[in-house]
Amino acid sequence: MASLAPTDAEAVPRRATPGDGAAAQGPTASRAWSALTSSTARYIGRRLLWGVFLLFVVSGLTFLIFYVFPSADPAALRAGRQATPQLIAQIRHSLGLDKPLYDQYWIYMKGLVLHFDLGYSYQNNVSVRSEIFSRLPATISLTAGAFVVWMLAGIPVGIISAIRPRSLLDRLAMGGSLLAISAPVYWLGLILLLLFSSDIGVVHLLPGSGSYVPLTTDPRQWFLSLVMPWLVLAAAFAAFYARMVRGNLIEAMAEDFVRTARAKGLSERRVIVRHGLRAALTPVVTMAGLDLGILLGGAVLTETVFNIPGVGRFAYDSIVNSDFPAIQGTVLFGAFFIIGANIVVDVLYAFIDPRVRY
Amino acid sequence: MALLEIVDLSVQFHTRDGVVHAVDGVSLAVERGRTLGIVGESGSGKSVTALTVMGLTRLPNATVSGRVRFDGVDLLELESDEMRLIRGRRIAMIFQDPMSSLHPLYTVGWQVEEAILAHEDVSRAKARARALEGLREVGIANAAERLASYPHELSGGMRQRVMIAMALVLDPDVLIADEPTTALDVTVQAQILELIRDLQSERGTAVVLITHDLGVVAETADEVAVMYAGRVAERGSMSTILSVPQHPYTWGLLQSIPRLDAPRLERLHPIPGQPPSLIRVPSGCPFHPRCSHAFSRCPREEPALLEAEAGHAVACHLPVSERRRIGQALQSSLRALEPASPR
Repeated sequence: MASLAPTDAEAVPRRATPGDGAAAQGPTASRAWSALTSSTARYIGRRLLWGVFLLFVVSGLTFLIFYVFPSADPAALRAGRQATPQLIAQIRHSLGLDKPLYDQYWIYMKGLVLHFDLGYSYQNNVSVRSEIFSRLPATISLTAGAFVVWMLAGIPVGIISAIRPRSLLDRLAMGGSLLAISAPVYWLGLILLLLFSSDIGVVHLLPGSGSYVPLTTDPRQWFLSLVMPWLVLAAAFAAFYARMVRGNLIEAMAEDFVRTARAKGLSERRVIVRHGLRAALTPVVTMAGLDLGILLGGAVLTETVFNIPGVGRFAYDSIVNSDFPAIQGTVLFGAFFIIGANIVVDVLYAFIDPRVRY
Repeated sequence: MALLEIVDLSVQFHTRDGVVHAVDGVSLAVERGRTLGIVGESGSGKSVTALTVMGLTRLPNATVSGRVRFDGVDLLELESDEMRLIRGRRIAMIFQDPMSSLHPLYTVGWQVEEAILAHEDVSRAKARARALEGLREVGIANAAERLASYPHELSGGMRQRVMIAMALVLDPDVLIADEPTTALDVTVQAQILELIRDLQSERGTAVVLITHDLGVVAETADEVAVMYAGRVAERGSMSTILSVPQHPYTWGLLQSIPRLDAPRLERLHPIPGQPPSLIRVPSGCPFHPRCSHAFSRCPREEPALLEAEAGHAVACHLPVSERRRIGQALQSSLRALEPASPR
């Protein structure tokens, strides 16, 4: 029949000979791979440059906000009570605060770019950089543990809710998640402390506020002291992820490809996990990466409530003390993680979704 | 006895807006190696009928009654697990939009293999070899390379070939094709139909071809059922229905086909009005509000599907002689639409 002549898109022999394409496969594949890697490398390079630029913008903004809207005079704070004006002037001079703003910024940026130097705390003269690095393990302990808790709680709850939408279980889970999202971290933290901490709790179950020790010192104490912080920090995230997984999975289960999977005679379990969930989890991975980045910059509220000596606690203290180098340092540090997480997530996306190419 | 026989099938969905009578007393049959065409507008119940045969309308809000006899077994009485063993292996289905019907995140090779592994205890490598064979059989060039392709890397026609390969790789007894060519270019449509026809004649598969396009049915089907509002309006062999169509809805469908050879001044004759709501189906004959031949009896009484002649059943109150006269007149004015002889 004349109309059956192959078109461009369909220019195929009706019966392909065995071994067709085997010769062409090698070179095509490697060409595709090198094109992919070079375009990915270019993409990552571009994103890194942008990231550096963004860090500059963030540092400039932090600087401006601190000096244009000063909360307190750092020199006066440092001079202590009953300080003479001379002493304050002297301190101001020694901190370099009497120099013009652009000079101060220039000096700061020179140190940062040339020596990766975040300056010295106005409060106690320690290096901000080494202070942040010494506090990083605590923040990582808190974030990583909470991440495990919220993923292990949020994803299964979301799946169960999605499989039986509007069932009793779903309603309970979604009602509970609404509560968890609405409960502020400091409130939830205090309630848990009042109920379960070994000092002020109704039931003396777990070590309370300020009991954190590094993992290397005492693993058991490290773990016990972090149980409540993990739960508190994970609560809102778990709830949010449960809702996100539920929504994504309900949407995915209505897709045509899920109908195809059922039509193939797959078990319902496989249809849900390999077909629905696979599609539903792609955006969750993105979200998880970003949240992890944000929290690594310091889980300010949780660290403050439980008095964990992490980066977030440091950021809080430095704001209270108008300690500019510490504020700038923690802000840049947080921005670094957020920008980094964004780049990692975007690159990762190309691996979990074959449709994404750079 | 027919390989697949649907007897008095009704499907209702209970929704917030009311009860949707998606399928209402439908009876159809298809034999091994034959093709049944089901024609109708969107919402005529043709897809729901097919999905019910597949056991894919077993939803909490659905009520299904009637019988679906397949190879001596009533599929509606099977447990979900038993139905799953039939689905994909003995009755396979392909869908309208091959882009959205293939999983975007898996390679086509993986997806075809999965169909094999769901029903047969073979190694991955063996499944892969058969998937490759399946892709070759549906005429995919560079099949070995294509195994590793993702759906978005293929053209629409290629994707539908993959769907067909996936459906036929286990050599099912029945292939249900739900609008398999609607989303494709016209030239590709013809190729896909020919592919289905070739594979069918090689294997003796029974095909149920669901379409809104009478032209597609005319080229492919042996038997035709015209569906309207969840019911069968007219049913018979392709040649009878094309030579003397007897239901006003079929006349409407025939007249509304755009034709390049029609005189330039001739207008298209769309069927007036909208397809009916399946929640509030019109009383009597559901087609009467849109029917130019309707008379006083039509809104009062639902016409039964009665044989007008052997193997040709029509649900219409018009006298048979009248229907024959109109059908013949219509057909002589549309003579060009003969059943196109395949090749």
